[in-house]
Order: sequence, then structure tokens, then C-alpha cells
Amino acid sequence: MADELLSAPHVLEYDYRRSLGEVLSRFFTGLRDRKILGVKTNAGRVLVPPSEYDPESGDATSDDWVEVGPGGVVKSWAWVNEPLGRHLLDHPFAFALIQLDGADTALTHAVDAGSEASMRTGMRVTARFADDTIGAIGDIVAFVPEEGS
Amino acid sequence: MSDKEPVKSIITPTRTEYTYTPGPSAQRSLRALARGKLVGEICPSCNQVYYPPSGACARCGVATRDEVEVADKGTVTTYAIVRVPSENIDLELPYCTAHILLDGADIPFFGLIQECEWDAVRIGMRVEAVWKPESEWGLNAENIRYFRPTGEPDVPFEQFKEHL
Repeated sequence: MADELLSAPHVLEYDYRRSLGEVLSRFFTGLRDRKILGVKTNAGRVLVPPSEYDPESGDATSDDWVEVGPGGVVKSWAWVNEPLGRHLLDHPFAFALIQLDGADTALTHAVDAGSEASMRTGMRVTARFADDTIGAIGDIVAFVPEEGS
Repeated sequence: MSDKEPVKSIITPTRTEYTYTPGPSAQRSLRALARGKLVGEICPSCNQVYYPPSGACARCGVATRDEVEVADKGTVTTYAIVRVPSENIDLELPYCTAHILLDGADIPFFGLIQECEWDAVRIGMRVEAVWKPESEWGLNAENIRYFRPTGEPDVPFEQFKEHL
């Protein structure tokens, strides 16, 4: 074919409005108030992020809420060299599973560590909140290495 | 707790960015569309005419090759009334989108119906393309602004029931 090959950008984009339900509503309302909240299971474990059911027993979680963090421990991580437009940070960062102080499960979030060399499993990090919180996961801009650790 | 209303929902955006490269059939068809022609392809095995062409017959699984021009008017085979706004669609609600069996084609083509009340659209209605001015034609389906009723008598369902 003599003609130049055609190509064009094609963007597929949807914004979903997701109803939270009582449990996640409380979690996100907490974030807006700069608090990270966990819910207790009947066995006394603290789930962060909270869920309506205890993943171990399948029972409903309790109505017993506790504030956790803002510090915690990196349980696992993956370095992101080239952030995409939708990521919370516009420079390289780590996605990490972070077990907050007082919690028994880990939350997925970003760690703004500067470089991959600064990351290690077991490191202490703490939440950095946005100046304006709206009740969304981005209210925590990122976790940052805890000073002195 | 906050003295404000609790947070009851969150917005979760999803976005994927592709570079779309049409296959040879779609390329030929787009170049024809940029000249104001609707060019489909015919199956050498069952003679079905596909517009837009995908390069293969969905029924027989064989490559289509010979080009066939189809008309810019046809028959509504089904339609939907859209009452939900989209950020990137600047149309007054409600509006009607339809599957249109273009004369000469064997599969319906997707189009917007305008110049007609949304609740007057019906299966079997005859419609014709309203094109942009020729000076604005490009290599895309937006060359056809919408379809409008021709005023011809409706086509009985029996005549297009094999082409839904």
C-alpha cells in the first residue's frame, strides 16, 4: 500500500462513582479528618483497610473502630520507575504494603522514598496527608520514611 | 468524628491510552470515507457485505477482499434512547442512537438520529446520512454528523430480520 499507515490516539476513560457502604464510608470520612481507621474482627484483629467481613472467618466485623498509624512498617514493595498520569506521585516511587501501627493487616499505598536504594522491607514509614482532604485515598499523598529510622 | 456529612462515595477513574492502528481493510475504508464514500467489503464465500469492513467474514472466517460501495441511507434495525449525560458528548438529552442497515450492506452500522423527536424513532424507519461540509472531511467517522428520517415508508421487519 502506497499510503502512509494510519494511526491515531484512542483514549478510553471512565469515572465511576462508587458507593462505599457503611464500613468504607467510615474509613474515608476518617481520612478526610486526617485519621486512619481500622475495624476490629470478633477475634480482635484490626483490619486496615477495614472490611465488612473478617476474611479469616467470614463473620461480619464488629462495630469497634480504632485509629491506627500514622506510622507503620513496609511489608513488601515494588519500585515504579515511570509513574503514569493517574498515579499519586509524578516521580519514581514504591507501591508498598504497609502495616500501620495498631493494625494486623497491610494497606496498599505509595512510598515516596526518593530512590529505590532507600527502600527496604521492614522500613518504618509515616503518612503524609494532603493540604486539603476530601475523603479519598489520595488524602494520604504518600507514605515517607520515618525520620531517624 | 467530622461535623460534615460522612463520605458516602468515591470517584474511581479508569483510563487506558491506546494508539489505534486500523488494519488494511479499515484503512482503505477510512480513506474512502475521507472522500465521502462508504466502502465495505464482500465475503467471497457467502456474499455478505460488511460495513465497516474488518477484513474477514464473521460468518465464514475467510478474508474479505473485494470492495463494495454501500449507500449513505438505510433502515433502523434497532435503537436506544440515551438519557445519561457523558462529559464528552455535547447533545441535548434524551437523544437516539441506532443500528442502521445501510442499503447494500448486510450488517448494521452505528449512527446518531437527529432532526426527529427521539420518541418518533422506530424500527424499520428509513434514514439518511447528513454529512459535514466537504471542506471539513477527515479520516474519521465524524464526517457523517448524524442520520435523519428520509420520509420514505417504513421497511417491514421481515425484510431485514436476517440483518440484525
